[in-house]
This record gives sequence, structure tokens and C-alpha cells, in this order.
Amino acid sequence: MEKRDHIETREEYRTKENEVQEWSAYQKLSDNVLFTSLDKILNLGRANSLWYLLFGTACCAIELMQTGGPRADLDRFGSVFRPTPRQCDLIIIAGTVTLKMASRIKILYDQMPEPKYVISMGSCANCGGLFDLGYSVLRGIDKVIPVDVYVPGCPPRPEALTEGLLVLQQKVKNEKFLVKEKKSI
Amino acid sequence: MYELEKNNDNTMTLNMGPHHPSTHGVLRFILEMDGEIILSVKPDVGYLHRSIEKIGERVTYPAFMPYTDRVDYVAAANCNVGYALAVEKLMGIETPERAQYLRVIVSELNRIISHLLMTGVLAMDLGAYTPFLHAVREREKINDIFEILCGARLTYNLATIGGMPFDIKETTIRKCLEILEGLKKFLKEFDDLVTNNAIFISRLANIGVIDKETAKAFMLSGPNLRAAGAHWDLRKNETYFLYDRFKFDIAVGSGKAGTLGDSYDRFSVRMKEIETSISILEQAFKSLPSGEVQAKLPKTLKPPKGEVYVRTESARGELGYYIISDGTAKASRIKIRTGSFAAISILDKIGRGLMLSDLVAFMASLDLIAPEIDR
Repeated sequence: MEKRDHIETREEYRTKENEVQEWSAYQKLSDNVLFTSLDKILNLGRANSLWYLLFGTACCAIELMQTGGPRADLDRFGSVFRPTPRQCDLIIIAGTVTLKMASRIKILYDQMPEPKYVISMGSCANCGGLFDLGYSVLRGIDKVIPVDVYVPGCPPRPEALTEGLLVLQQKVKNEKFLVKEKKSI
Repeated sequence: MYELEKNNDNTMTLNMGPHHPSTHGVLRFILEMDGEIILSVKPDVGYLHRSIEKIGERVTYPAFMPYTDRVDYVAAANCNVGYALAVEKLMGIETPERAQYLRVIVSELNRIISHLLMTGVLAMDLGAYTPFLHAVREREKINDIFEILCGARLTYNLATIGGMPFDIKETTIRKCLEILEGLKKFLKEFDDLVTNNAIFISRLANIGVIDKETAKAFMLSGPNLRAAGAHWDLRKNETYFLYDRFKFDIAVGSGKAGTLGDSYDRFSVRMKEIETSISILEQAFKSLPSGEVQAKLPKTLKPPKGEVYVRTESARGELGYYIISDGTAKASRIKIRTGSFAAISILDKIGRGLMLSDLVAFMASLDLIAPEIDR
């Protein structure tokens, strides 16, 4: 029998052609196509568009305004302010929360759509801070709503708040929503 | 809580605040509306009542200084030096000359950034976001100066009783003068962009006119009173901190866009006051005397029995401290009189008959700030 190495069967020829086509298609698209899990790609979008509520209770509100201003520029991390809680993913508790204000903040938090996050900005919102001596101040916003990131300072610098936002972004990126929930027994 | 009154069936009760972008913090107004026209305004205060006056009875005199920052965080330095002056008057302490000059410098710097924020926020409330960004950009530069001086950007805690805890260096003065030069250019730019803008003028002119008599009757003070045409400035009329050594004019409302004492006047008075502050600062830097910045004091301060009321000109009007001492290291009572609390009381009188959108402009022009109202 003669050797027929150079002649391929029809099936062999077809598979080889397919491989070549797939390879060239992969090469063409490799710059534009990323393979990832759905969770990760969704989280990437969510983390880089954390819209915060335009809401400040006390002194930290001025630093919050200046963080959104031209120097610190929170916009470059995809964070812009919205005036209504219904369009927000994030509420930054900027300043002292009095007992009278606490229930109103709870209402604002409840109005936000899920998933929602909370940054507690400044000593007063963290633990009462300077006004621990007072009779009308809530000692920590975490007694009313759950807090994701605490930013220390009185008031924190814009850089500190930016760092707090970046930490929150990291948290958002590591969340998993598309996992089957375990049945609770 | 307020009991809502219902006059007739055609009116609507509208709740504005405590979370509202244009109420500057946490203020609440209960508005009685007939369509778009306001029938009555009821302010509901107390959302930022932090019991500062009560805390003043629980801490020692020097330890109350950080709390005065939080009375008015936009003009914290003015509150600091006002409190220091009150305790010094109570104890009969002489402050060194250089410290008094430093106090003038920090008060005027803080007045500038307070007015910058007010003008920016006023424009933002009217729907223009860009002027706010411009104002904040300039504000950051003076924040840097405060950071060099005392290490803080917003709440400074920069006065001690009997003087100042820091001294100013030549390099800082030079940097300060540079910034003031830049600020003059910025003011011209801001005039072109905002002050002479036809839309801006028509939103503010003839809105919320407060005449001189009404302003006096409601105890308005500071720029709000001066906009009504009254020549009253505590820096000049009841001089303190060696303000009598500086030459400056009191900025008074002129009614050039509409009526005397309208919202535009209140805005333009503040713009003029920035210029006044710049000229005072330049004079102060030129004639800054050398010497000590802190008077010698005993370790624990125990003022003699008695009471004192000292008022200074803050960015929002008269800021008065009324202190009763019982001879111990802690005050028996501290009462703080602020300009915003007087200003909020006039809302109902002037706000009646305005449109809802004009109320926002009127409120922003009064330069209300929540912690000064509630304390």
C-alpha cells in the first residue's frame, strides 16, 4: 500500500478547516471579547455607577459637596448625586443624626431600591462623636440602618471619602447575586 | 409635631423637607398652597438640634471651643474667635496685638469662603450648576490656607482663650496674597457669568423684598439687614479686634436691579463684602505687628461670678455669646444668638404671596444654615 499521508479524508479536511476558521475568528475578536462570569460583569457595572443621594445632615455635608466639586471630583468614579432616593444606590450619611432626624433617615433608606449601600461619614454618624455628651443625638447611624463603610474623621477630608467609596466599590465587585439560594430548613 | 390647620378645601398642604436639595441641610417647611401661590410658611426646626448650649454647661471653658465650630460650620473661625472674645471679656484678659490681627485675618478669610459657598449654592438653587463648581474651586484654595494655619479644612478650632495657638509665617502670607490676587480675577469672571446674567437677575430682582423697618422688627442682622439699606456693621459700629485700624466701607444694598432689599440686593451685598474682606486682609498683612500670640493664663480657667454678652459680626449676621459664670471652671449657662434663627422667622411674613420656585430663591438669598438655627 502506498502511503497517503498528504491526502486527507473528507472528514479530516472539514475539521481542520473548522479549526482554522475558529482560530481566525478568535484572533479577530480577541481584542473585543472577554470571557467572564455574569456576576462579575454585572458587578463591574454596578460598582462604577454608585449614585448617591444629595443629602447631608451637618458639617460633613460641606465636605461631601466639596468632594463632588472640581478638585476631588467624585464623578470620575462614576458617582454622581441624585436628588431623589428612588434613583440612588448609595446614601452617604454626612453628619450628626439627631433623634428627630433618625426616623426620617430610615424612611429615606426604605425608599431606595435594592441593592442599596450606606456610607457612614464622620465621627458623628459613626458613633455620636463630639456630641456624645448631648441629649438629643443618635450615637451611631448603625442603630437605625445597616452600614457598609465607616469613614472616620471630623469631618473626613474629601480624599478620605473617596477612599471610602473605593472600598465600597471593592465590596460591590465581590458580591454574588446569581447563585442558587440554599433552602432554609 | 405641628398640628396642621386647614382653612378651606381649596388649599393644599405641601411638605418641603427635611430632605430637600434646596433647604440647605435639614430644615422643614409646611407650606399652605393655593395652586402655585404660597398662603403661609411654617418652619419646623429642630432636625439638627445637637444640644450645643447644654453641652456648654458640662465642659470647661477651653473645651467648649470645638463645639463653637459646629454652631456654624461654614464660618467656623468667626464662631471660634467670638467665643474666645466673650470668655476673655468675662475674665478681663488682654489679648496680644498680633493675636488680634490674626483673628481679623482668619475671620475675613472665613467670611470670604462662606460668602463664596452662599453665592454658589444660590446659583445652584436657581438651576445653574456651573457657578457652584467655580465657587468651590476658589473655596478649596482658601481651605488650603486654613490647613497650613491650623491643620483643618472645615472645623478649625483655631482660637484659644487669650490668643491664638499658631503663628502665621511669611511664606503663608505670600501664598495668601497670591490667592487674593487670583480671587479678584475670579470675582470679575463670576460677575460676567452670574451677577450680570439676565436670567439670574430676573429670578432674583423684586423677589422677597424686605424693607428696613421690617428687617429691624424681625431682628435681622448682617448682610440681610445691610441689603435692606441699613448702615449697620458691628465691625464698624461696635468695633472689636482692632477693626477700627482698617479702612473699609460697609456694603449696603442699592436696589439697582429692582427694589431696595430684594433677593438680588442680598446677593450683591455678599459679593461686595468679599471685596471688602480682601481689602481688609491686604491691610492686615501689610501692618501685621510682631510679638507674642498667646497671653499668659492660669492652668485652669475660673472666671469670676458674672455674666457677659459679646457680639461679633459673623458671615450670617450678629453672632452673640451670652455666658453666665458661677465662679467654677464650667459655665452656668451659655446662650448663642445667631443670625439665621432671626432670618428664618421672617419667611412667613415675606413668603406669603410668593410662588413656590421663588421661595427657593428667597430662602437661598437669606443664607440660612441649619445648625445656626437649631444649635
